[in-house]
Amino acid sequence: MGGTPLPANVKLIDENGRRMDGRMPEEMRPLKIEAGVLKRADGSAYVEWGNNKVMAAVYGPRECHPRHLQNPERALVQCNYNMASFSVDERKRPGPDRRSHEISKIISEALTNVVFTEYFPRTSIDVYIEVLQANAGTRCAGLTAASVALADAGVPMRDLVASCAAGKVANTVVVDLNKEEDNFGQADIPVGYVPRSNEIVLLQMDGDLTLEEFNKGLHMAVDACKKVYQIQRDALKRRYSARAADEDVPAPIVEGAMMREGQ
Amino acid sequence: MQSSDTKENAREIVVPGDLLAISSKKAGPGTYSEGGKIFASQLGIKSVRPDSISVVPLAGQYMPIIGDLIVGKIVDIGPSNWLVDINSPYPAPLHVNEVPWRVEFGETSKFMGVGDVVLIKVVGVDERRRISVSMQDHGLRKLTGGTVMEISPSKVPRVIGKNGSMIQMLKNETACRIYVGQNGRIWIDGELDNIVKAVQAIKMIEDEAHALGLTEKVKEFLGSKSGTGV
Repeated sequence: MGGTPLPANVKLIDENGRRMDGRMPEEMRPLKIEAGVLKRADGSAYVEWGNNKVMAAVYGPRECHPRHLQNPERALVQCNYNMASFSVDERKRPGPDRRSHEISKIISEALTNVVFTEYFPRTSIDVYIEVLQANAGTRCAGLTAASVALADAGVPMRDLVASCAAGKVANTVVVDLNKEEDNFGQADIPVGYVPRSNEIVLLQMDGDLTLEEFNKGLHMAVDACKKVYQIQRDALKRRYSARAADEDVPAPIVEGAMMREGQ
Repeated sequence: MQSSDTKENAREIVVPGDLLAISSKKAGPGTYSEGGKIFASQLGIKSVRPDSISVVPLAGQYMPIIGDLIVGKIVDIGPSNWLVDINSPYPAPLHVNEVPWRVEFGETSKFMGVGDVVLIKVVGVDERRRISVSMQDHGLRKLTGGTVMEISPSKVPRVIGKNGSMIQMLKNETACRIYVGQNGRIWIDGELDNIVKAVQAIKMIEDEAHALGLTEKVKEFLGSKSGTGV
């Protein structure tokens, strides 16, 4: 971050009020979600959000290991956020770091709020988020993908969590910041939102905002989350309705999996 | 059993958080109620009955229910019990008192070893989800030979079919012995070619579980394969 300064001739917001990539302040980057992309995972989702590419996989509920973590009354939602070494401009040193620990923690806490954890005592629901390509806003993309993957895995939950960020760039409150806006902007507020109950399950702030700016940004982020929510629901519904319409089904192949199971 | 009422309701797919109804009906499986409204809690197909609303899930783990017939795999042996993996988040101990043989303390391994496949029944699930299983009932036993395949537990009712119609057809057409556990494990024994055919048919059922006219499709598939001799 902050390696090269913003060239003097580039304006984050131009005189027409448009942003670097031509969006208006309340406009999101294009978002595409696909559910059920991984065969081996119980549930999965792939999200392309602007130049972000994020994959989420869910396993479980399954027996919780290590044993001492398990809760006799509810399930544990364990999240693991990881950035691929090739996801950013300069190679990221692989492995967990302070930032990925933080994001893992906040995402698992956000998801714990919607999952019916009391249905599965002593188990853990494991969520793996892999960032393949990053362009600011990966925690929001990760949370969005993770909640679709959870639903795809058949985990009972109160609602999906939709997530989007707001921020302040060139003294303007905008929604869904891209890389340049994040790096050279003044503030960033990622929001995780549960539309049905109108609850906020994730809220962070990086940078300085006045109270008015914050309130405006929060409302813009919530409005964007509602759009994200619709795309999430469509992705889940599409997963099954698309297949029902699929006419030519390839002949099933006997796979190694079956042979492995056999004695 | 689900097949009939879901068909009539045009198979509306719901996602968690969807409002299903504002009514005093009972919130069935896959749903929850809040403030007099019933919402979906799982991805599935909405199913409305006279007194309740439920969601038939399209995915999910197997949750044991008392009385379920399941196919388990021995994963560990203790001096007075076997630990059975039942394809659920919880392992199930099978106590020596619950098997059809008289087993002396410490002689469990003489009867069944790790990797053995057993046909058992769930006899107890408590609020902490501790499970007890039994092999003492008609037809319950250790399964020798054959092969085991796994499908999503939510698709088991489709493999069995209405009043067992689908599974009966599979058995007749492939001449295999088949046991379908509620936990999504299926044990098949017969001629190798026939096993392969049965496995393919079951995979097809799993893939197209929510399609209409599934029985006819499977019948056609089985008929076409039997002629070629695979």
